[in-house]
Amino acid sequence: MSYDYIEFGDTEKEFTSKIEEISGQNIFSCYQCGKCSAGCAFSNLMEKTINHTMQLVQLGKKEKVLQSNTHWVCASCLTCTVRCPREIDVAAVMEAIREYTLRYEPETIERLDLPEELLKKIPNIALVGSFRKKSEL
Amino acid sequence: MRIGVYVCECGKNISATVDVEKVVDYAKSLPNVAASRVYKYMCADPGQELIKKDIEELKLDKVIVAACSPRMHEPTFRAAIEDKGLNPYTLEIVNIREQVSWVHDDKKKGTKKAKSLVKSSVMRSALMEPLDRKKVGVTHKALVIGAGIAGIQAALDIAGSGYQVTLVEKTSSIGGKMAQLDKTFPTLDCSACILSPKMVEVGRNPNITLIANAEVEQVDGYVGNFKVKIKKKPRYVIEERCTMCDDCVPVCPVIVHDEYNENLSPRKAIYIAFPQAIPASYIINPDDCLGIDPLICSKCKDVCGPEAIDFDMKPEIIEDEFGAIVVATGFDTYPIENLGEYGQGNIPDVITGLEFERLISPGGPSTGDLRRPSDGKLVKNVVFIHCAGSRDPAKHLPYCSKICCMYSTKQALMFKHEVRDGTAVNFYIDIRTGGKDYEEFYQRAAEEAKVIYIRGKVSELIQDGDKILVKGVNTLTAETVELHADLVVLATGIIPSQGTKDIASVLRLSLGINGFIKEAHPKLKPVETSITGVFVAGCATGPKDIPETVSQAGRAAVRACNIIAQDEIEVEATIAHVDEILCRGCGICVGTCPYSAITLIDTKRFGNIYKVASVNEALCKGCGSCAAACLNGAINQFGFEDKQILAMIQALGEE
Ligand SMILES: Cc1cc2nc3c(=O)[nH]c(=O)nc-3n(C[C@H](O)[C@H](O)[C@H](O)COP(=O)(O)OP(=O)(O)OC[C@H]3O[C@@H](n4cnc5c(N)ncnc54)[C@H](O)[C@@H]3O)c2cc1C
Ligand code: SF4
Ligand code: SF4
Ligand code: SF4
Ligand code: SF4
Repeated sequence: MSYDYIEFGDTEKEFTSKIEEISGQNIFSCYQCGKCSAGCAFSNLMEKTINHTMQLVQLGKKEKVLQSNTHWVCASCLTCTVRCPREIDVAAVMEAIREYTLRYEPETIERLDLPEELLKKIPNIALVGSFRKKSEL
Repeated sequence: MRIGVYVCECGKNISATVDVEKVVDYAKSLPNVAASRVYKYMCADPGQELIKKDIEELKLDKVIVAACSPRMHEPTFRAAIEDKGLNPYTLEIVNIREQVSWVHDDKKKGTKKAKSLVKSSVMRSALMEPLDRKKVGVTHKALVIGAGIAGIQAALDIAGSGYQVTLVEKTSSIGGKMAQLDKTFPTLDCSACILSPKMVEVGRNPNITLIANAEVEQVDGYVGNFKVKIKKKPRYVIEERCTMCDDCVPVCPVIVHDEYNENLSPRKAIYIAFPQAIPASYIINPDDCLGIDPLICSKCKDVCGPEAIDFDMKPEIIEDEFGAIVVATGFDTYPIENLGEYGQGNIPDVITGLEFERLISPGGPSTGDLRRPSDGKLVKNVVFIHCAGSRDPAKHLPYCSKICCMYSTKQALMFKHEVRDGTAVNFYIDIRTGGKDYEEFYQRAAEEAKVIYIRGKVSELIQDGDKILVKGVNTLTAETVELHADLVVLATGIIPSQGTKDIASVLRLSLGINGFIKEAHPKLKPVETSITGVFVAGCATGPKDIPETVSQAGRAAVRACNIIAQDEIEVEATIAHVDEILCRGCGICVGTCPYSAITLIDTKRFGNIYKVASVNEALCKGCGSCAAACLNGAINQFGFEDKQILAMIQALGEE
């Protein structure tokens, strides 16, 4: 079982409110029923369930949220959004976490750093998209 | 003798386990049985009609119904046979549902048992005699004990129906716990604002006699005629003279803890519980005062302009009679001292919900801006721990205290309204919001005020520097968690008040396993008690919120009025009676009777005076304890005479 120290300092509060701001959702509406996770077609591939992620956002647990693959696995199918009893656009929250990562923790992509092997496999659109989001230019 | 036997199928409730046709046929073979029939629902109108028709056409003089418990339909069938001129006490009920079909699954055995029970009842029925219901007069006045919101509402409702009511309160003012609350869920209206108009009305209503600072010492008598002894403790301040100028308080040299503020602030030996207190008069606590002796100190008396202080006041015993009694003696909260893992009350900034109400109240010890008890610092983050003592059958209270999820949520919300940039965390096991607008209130606290809810119970609280280290768990993220809090509020459970236990023993009321007063029926008689004419309302029967308390009080008031509105009421006919020739005056029955219905009286026989037992017909509840206890067979019970019981036993033995 893992351990966590809970704190409500500026870092925590900023993270929560940024996710709220980007998604336009009230994270605190979530009462942890788990219906989002129950209906998500990709739950089995996620390191943390969606409701777990929601709770971590409430608690301002930035590191834990960003470390998890949950928001990247999300396919934006909106099933969670449609089913959430608290009318939270959960998919928008997932999107907001992705956005947050890109806005605040930009990883630059240097074409020359990418292995040739990979370049052969990656679809062009993905490369273009990454450049737009992640290149320093 | 012509007996009719009526067997009920009760839908499938009985017929699934008892072959009712066989029972009917068997009954026909029994002595004196003139009719034996089965019907799907005997209690329904056609079922009753069947019995009535037979009484008329077959000239029945006794009726036996084999159906459910007599607790359910004895009154129904008694009324039915009375309708056709039979004495209601010649009805016999055989319980073949609760005592047969519901407890057995083997149809053969069930049928056999039903048959023998019917046979024993046929034997008893033949020996049953008509009985008369006695009537007693009624005092048109009610007594309400305890003046929290339950007692206040009950008194107002009885008075509103035009009857005299006496309201007895143990402390110096009415209001109870509600007077200590700051705001109330789910509307957040201020507690005093909604309570004080009712308190003022109690003081003003000509039908209400308020006796505060008093306790009920003794209750004798019975429904319609309770004789009550009330001890009014001296207030040492003449209520009518006190102008509440407060001149006495600054001069009083004694400083003690203020109970109204949960001991979080000081008060003097002469004081008023809170500004809106009713009776609107100061009071001297003799335990705090330097001795109610003007030689030692009479500072307050010296400054009191209207000469309201009287050191010579004596306790007063008030004796009165009442037709009905409402008990509304409320609750206490589970002692923090029992909660070892939460500091046992030794960590100053770990407080109870009631203490929090006082701390956040503008009229409280920190005049509103929530300062913590230890160092008076403003509070930035609070942890609320739900179920502190509740839902813990291993060590504390087995039950859910019902209101603490809501009051913790309310307090977290109030805190966030006060300290906008503060943090409120609730550790809970389940959130229970069963009440109108309660779920919405909880969602509002989370959504609007960003109150954090973490599912899991805190296992330990430790003082760590000037903060409290909270060691808990988040069962949803499967993590043990720790955090530091400025203040921790325990949602301590609801337990019966000491006053509730005391009055239960004065009135000899039955208590449930958790010490709350037991209702006559948990669903259908929620304000009735084991004693006819004594009703109960509010938290004295278990945890309740204000709306539920108020509705119960209203029902208790109506039930009390049902009695005091009558000129005379019927008392039970199946009571004990003494055969004076057999009675040796040993008095065993006197001690056996749980209702104190038996006394030994003098009687003259052969020119000598002898002691014999005598049963008070209005007090006797017909429990039969005395009849079983009497070594000489001198006490019998109407409707359950020895010969009838023996006939039943004999019939059962013959199988
Ligand atoms: C911290 C806290 C917060 C709460 N917040 C809310 C809320 O926001 N909303 C809500 O709906 N409910 C709330 N409640 C519940 C509410 O307090 C109760 O529902 C209500 O007070 C019950 O009233 P009562 O009259 O039954 O009992 P009490 O208020 O306990 O009154 C009993 C009265 O009887 C007197 N008494 C006791 N024994 C005797 C005796 N032997 N003889 C004479 N007098 C006696 C006592 O002195 C007292 O005045 C809260 C409770 C707590 C603990
Ligand atoms: S939108 Fe994302 S998180 Fe929501 S159900 Fe679809 S894949 Fe799962
Ligand atoms: S469905 Fe909605 S309320 Fe339920 S856990 Fe998911 S986000 Fe929270
Ligand atoms: S009402 Fe809530 S806090 Fe109180 S005992 Fe029940 S579950 Fe626990
Ligand atoms: S029957 Fe019960 S209540 Fe009546 S006098 Fe005997 S012991 Fe008392």
